[in-house]
Amino acid sequence: MANQVQYIFDQENLRKSAPQKFKSEDLKREEMIINIGPQHPSTHGVLRLEVLAKGEEVIEVVPHLGYLHRCFEKHAEKLPYNQIIPFVDRMDYLAAMNTEHAYAMGVERMLGIDKIIPKRVEYIRVLVAELNRLASHFIALGSYGMDIGAVTAFFWMTRDREHIVRLLEWASGARMLYNYIWVGGLFYDLPVGFEERCLEFTTYLKPKIKELERVVIDNKIFIDRTANVGVLPVDLAINYGITGPMLRGSGLKYDLRKVDGYSVYPEIDFDIPVGKGEAGTLGDCWDRTWVRVQECYESVKIIEQCLEKLTGEHKRTRDFDPRALAPKKIRPKAQDFYIRAENPKGETGFFFRADGRSDVPFRCKARGASFVNLSIINELSKGGLISDLIAVIGSIDIVLGEVDR
Amino acid sequence: MNFEQILTHIKTSLGEGVILSTDENASPKAIIIHAENLVEVMGFLQKDNQLYFDSLSCITGLDNGSEANTMEMIYNLYSIPFDHHLMVKVELSREKPAIDSLCGLWKTADWQEREVYDMYGIHINNHPDLRRILMPADWEGFPLRKDYQEQEYYRGIKVEY
Repeated sequence: MANQVQYIFDQENLRKSAPQKFKSEDLKREEMIINIGPQHPSTHGVLRLEVLAKGEEVIEVVPHLGYLHRCFEKHAEKLPYNQIIPFVDRMDYLAAMNTEHAYAMGVERMLGIDKIIPKRVEYIRVLVAELNRLASHFIALGSYGMDIGAVTAFFWMTRDREHIVRLLEWASGARMLYNYIWVGGLFYDLPVGFEERCLEFTTYLKPKIKELERVVIDNKIFIDRTANVGVLPVDLAINYGITGPMLRGSGLKYDLRKVDGYSVYPEIDFDIPVGKGEAGTLGDCWDRTWVRVQECYESVKIIEQCLEKLTGEHKRTRDFDPRALAPKKIRPKAQDFYIRAENPKGETGFFFRADGRSDVPFRCKARGASFVNLSIINELSKGGLISDLIAVIGSIDIVLGEVDR
Repeated sequence: MNFEQILTHIKTSLGEGVILSTDENASPKAIIIHAENLVEVMGFLQKDNQLYFDSLSCITGLDNGSEANTMEMIYNLYSIPFDHHLMVKVELSREKPAIDSLCGLWKTADWQEREVYDMYGIHINNHPDLRRILMPADWEGFPLRKDYQEQEYYRGIKVEY
């Protein structure tokens, strides 16, 4: 192995595998091509942007994807339904619980066991998913602050995210990629003492979000960088398939947790914050960030209600087995099935085709929210400055694991 | 509107022959249409006052293998104001599969159709920018086809493990 040729280098390799859209010969006066990424902190992962600029002004942005493509759909063709869950984790690796939840729910509905899942299991699922939503939003807000010059927020947010990550590690054994939500149940019940610790955490967290709001959202420098930048009108957003906080930032009250009312969300009381254009125009980068901060408050509200149920009505019992309903062989009837759910980034969907004969899906397609949300980047940033392009990328909140799958 | 109402509304507006068949086993329930009518039907579904499917959520490509000798395109439509949903399926031949682009109706179709092209080699007619999106541009073959054979080496890197 050691002396085997591992990679044949050639100057032309990059040009062949990821050809540029623009050629330097065709440039007009004062135009230039700027390459951002794939290794650049402000692209939030291995995203490469080819930017045609005229001085400081962006004329067109061409994203080049695929640097983190791990063939999820190809793998899913060969694996039984339950073994796909760890792969699903690795799509949106900052919000693995939410994706797992969506996936498990889809398979359960195909099997027809979604109505008989115990309430305690459902509440635990919502609890961990909302914890993970908080963690994902913290990374989004923290790294967005860092992108445009507010470094403090990133340290604060990673500090608070660490608490969540440790809580989830305590429950599932892993920090980021959990494999905790199973088809038909959970890996384990919550560890003893989790509910109390979690409640302590929410009391700690609420003033911290307020603090974040003061240091980032209300900061004059932050407002100057984000208000009136990357304005996304709501009709364009729908046409581009934009979902999640981005769509709500444009002022449309559309949240799948309410619209589809899956799991136990209909039993929980929470609001859907929508952008109002308080700092500038409706649908600008500031609105999107503001929506994310407000969603953190809502998530805390949901967590508290879940904890109340989990310590009261559906409290821990000795004979409760979260795996009791998990089927040994998962073999849905032959059908096509599409499930969608609200992830921190937007709508995550899974399309299944089951052939009814095997426990391996004939086709399992994942619709990544980040993938679709990213497709608008050219529309949002053209005509603006290059520094605004960075502000736009951060406000879209992409995670490249989900873009490239 | 429920599925039956949507169905009758399409039939009365576009004629009986547009919908080849339905798949009520699917969830959301599906209609199967002819590839030639795709843009017409989808345009109607998007713009009609009573249906108003403004959100194209997901485009899926699918290969049924060489035995069935067909490929499929599946579109998941949602209406935000009316909260109804529909799956639209189109069957294509496996030799020279091609379908019209929906980029004129939904901008979101752009990248999703590119992904289908990348994975299945289904040619998208009238697509403004039909390039591979996730795989390298000089990759051989279309990976999600059922008869896909990976190339042995890519730049000296052994592909199969």
